[in-house]
Amino acid sequence: MNIVMALFGAVSQGLSWAILALGVYLTFRILNFADMSCEGSFALGGSISAVLIVKLGLNPFLTVILATLAGMMAGLITGLLHTKLKIPAILSGILTMIGLYSINLRIMGQANTPIIGQSTMISLVKGLFPEAKALGMKDSTLQTWITMGIGLVLTVVVIALLYWYFGTEIGCCIRATGNNEVMVRAQGVNTDSMKTLGLVISNGLIALSGAIVTQSQGYADVKMGVGAIVIGLASIVIGEVIFLRPKSFASRLFSIMIGSIIYRMIIAVVLQLGLNTDDLKLFTAIVVAIALSIPNLKKNRVTAHRRVN
Amino acid sequence: MLRISDLYKTFNPNTVNEKKVLKGLNLELKDGDFVTVIGGNGAGKSTMLNMIAGVHFPDRGSILLDGEDITYMQEFKRSKYLGRVFQDPMMGTASNMEIQENLALAYRRGKKRGMGWGITKEEKELYIDKLKVLDLGLETRLTTKVGLLSGGQRQALTLLMATLRKPKLLLLDEHTAALDPKTAQKVLEISEQIIFGSSLTALMVTHNMKNAIQYGNRLIMMYEGKVIYDVAGEEKKKLRVNDLLEKFQSVSGGEFANDRMILS
Repeated sequence: MNIVMALFGAVSQGLSWAILALGVYLTFRILNFADMSCEGSFALGGSISAVLIVKLGLNPFLTVILATLAGMMAGLITGLLHTKLKIPAILSGILTMIGLYSINLRIMGQANTPIIGQSTMISLVKGLFPEAKALGMKDSTLQTWITMGIGLVLTVVVIALLYWYFGTEIGCCIRATGNNEVMVRAQGVNTDSMKTLGLVISNGLIALSGAIVTQSQGYADVKMGVGAIVIGLASIVIGEVIFLRPKSFASRLFSIMIGSIIYRMIIAVVLQLGLNTDDLKLFTAIVVAIALSIPNLKKNRVTAHRRVN
Repeated sequence: MLRISDLYKTFNPNTVNEKKVLKGLNLELKDGDFVTVIGGNGAGKSTMLNMIAGVHFPDRGSILLDGEDITYMQEFKRSKYLGRVFQDPMMGTASNMEIQENLALAYRRGKKRGMGWGITKEEKELYIDKLKVLDLGLETRLTTKVGLLSGGQRQALTLLMATLRKPKLLLLDEHTAALDPKTAQKVLEISEQIIFGSSLTALMVTHNMKNAIQYGNRLIMMYEGKVIYDVAGEEKKKLRVNDLLEKFQSVSGGEFANDRMILS
């Protein structure tokens, strides 16, 4: 029973974190840009949402939008550092990430902000339903169902928007920029703008995810973004492995959502099996390292095989 | 239509690796000129093309295209005037994207790009027609990822992309050098067909003297960053490879043309 409840919770958690993975996918796979700023913008989204709810009593849905905008600003800064000031990609991301750590502390005025007892997206939606008892389930079960529903709806909306946007003229240019900058410039496109735009969208999504996670877990923490890029990558590679490198863009985006859920399920299982929570990040890092290296190792084996023939 | 005046370029100035590549280059092209460019390694052929394309900026001098000064215009801005095909077949196309997506990017060269669909239905018809002309069977493979194509197919596709919107000037930078002889021949024929078919102005750098003589209406030889030989029309038609070799040896003071020039 315990493991069933844990897996149930894992699905809802996976959906809350799925948008983070989509954001990481944009930079890491589409733009070919390992963007470390996502760790800062994830916590930025969480901090802003929590503070606006607690201190200003804003509508939780509105705080999610504001958090997204703040994340986009963070992405813009990384983009400008990289394109205008010619700072290497990885370092521009790290600079933004480090800077955001202080900014997030300033926003919250402390290292974390609990929002227990405050109105959140989950409590607002829950208000629309009858009491959990009347539905014949535990209050926490209803809570999880609603979190799951909100995560699912928001993720599907984001996937639909991304699918549309990357089919437009500008979206195609962003995709091509991650693939071959020389060619894109030769076709008269400003690749610097395309990279910056991609970073803006990606970090916006990541902050959005941070806001959702904050509201579902009931607090924002300045350290909540640590390892976000690796968690995003884990979701991406798990999705790719399970769907055998999906071909179409839509199925690729959905595979990431499923990957995010499965990642949380794996975590739930290993925790049930007795893994210390302190070791989780190491576990994730190893999983991602293995998953990322499998395609390369396979390739090496094939070429070695060919050489023999 | 193109006027290059007194162009100078030094790479890595004031270092041990200092290399003066262009030393007062002058060149003028007329509308409809198809000029082949030959010269030894380091003569400045590719540098000249890169200056025209805006990959590098010159230290001194000016480049006018149809009267407009493009010397220091950003690369992506002047791309609307230029069609480019590179030596490396990987450079001209996006390998993770479909043939039709690559063409659609090229079809919008010089146009404002917005939130409209990246590819429309009507365009696809156009692409099929254009791909048929290449005669490589690509017209049935619109949704194939370009990464799956051969080098020759990619170069032919890049050529098509470079000319899908008629460029003021087509720059071919040894675009057949990485191909096997038979494919190179085919790509050269396609190039000529497109250039004459749409009466384009083109600059084609090549290492192959035979090709330089065979194609185009004008030939220039570069040496140490300058044009040292310029021949057109009937006179060019009568040229033989030996004439070029002699010419090269006389200006270079007996230095032999490198193997690549003689053998190819």
